[in-house]
Amino acid sequence: MRRVTGWIVLIVMVAFLVWGVTLVHPFGYPDVSDMDDYIIKNSQEETGSNNVVAAVLFDYRGFDTLGEATILFTAVTGVLLLLRASKRKKETS
Amino acid sequence: MLTKIVRTVANQLILFIAIFGLYVIVHGHITPGGGFQGGAVIVGGVVMLLVAFNSQELKKSLRERVLSIVESSGALIFIILAFIGIGTVFFYNLLVGTPIFGRIPAIGPGPGDIWTGGVIPLMNFAVGLKVVAGLSAVVLALALFSGGEEVEE
Repeated sequence: MRRVTGWIVLIVMVAFLVWGVTLVHPFGYPDVSDMDDYIIKNSQEETGSNNVVAAVLFDYRGFDTLGEATILFTAVTGVLLLLRASKRKKETS
Repeated sequence: MLTKIVRTVANQLILFIAIFGLYVIVHGHITPGGGFQGGAVIVGGVVMLLVAFNSQELKKSLRERVLSIVESSGALIFIILAFIGIGTVFFYNLLVGTPIFGRIPAIGPGPGDIWTGGVIPLMNFAVGLKVVAGLSAVVLALALFSGGEEVEE
């Protein structure tokens, strides 16, 4: 009984996913492209950077990069903290 | 510690790897790449040194305290650069139009000019500093934690 239920759930989920894939709009043609057009058209004179990706990363979406840098900082702090603590414990024991 | 051939080649190669990483960081606002990518390239060179030499050997020249200070100062420079434009909005690019990195390139594709981009090159440099120091510290700490017990000769 459980196996039959599992198969039914699996088939329903796969059918749902395939149905969802058929509804995706074609690649490269987004529904709303106002933001992309604005950035592509104005990034050079607003930020002075030839690299639009860098302009988005460090200027338009700078706050996102700040979060990225914070993630890196947290990761480094965590690794150093963990390894140093375990090293100290090994020395005392 | 690997053989003398590997150590010598690694010693010569680290210079070129560092120069390439620095190139990627400094040209972040013109060509593909930036602080994160260039920093990762340089850390790849550090990993090469770690393989060629002992972790104990590398620890003498790369101090954990110095790496921590460099990483924190990179983060501080990044946040200070973000706060420069707080008069308008957070992360406002105030340096466009000023003599420092302020030139505006011609619209459309074209050869890059390094004195463009406003605060973007400076932020790239700060992030690069942060990535190099942070990831080097992580790699070194992991290598030291694993005991550094390597086969002699």
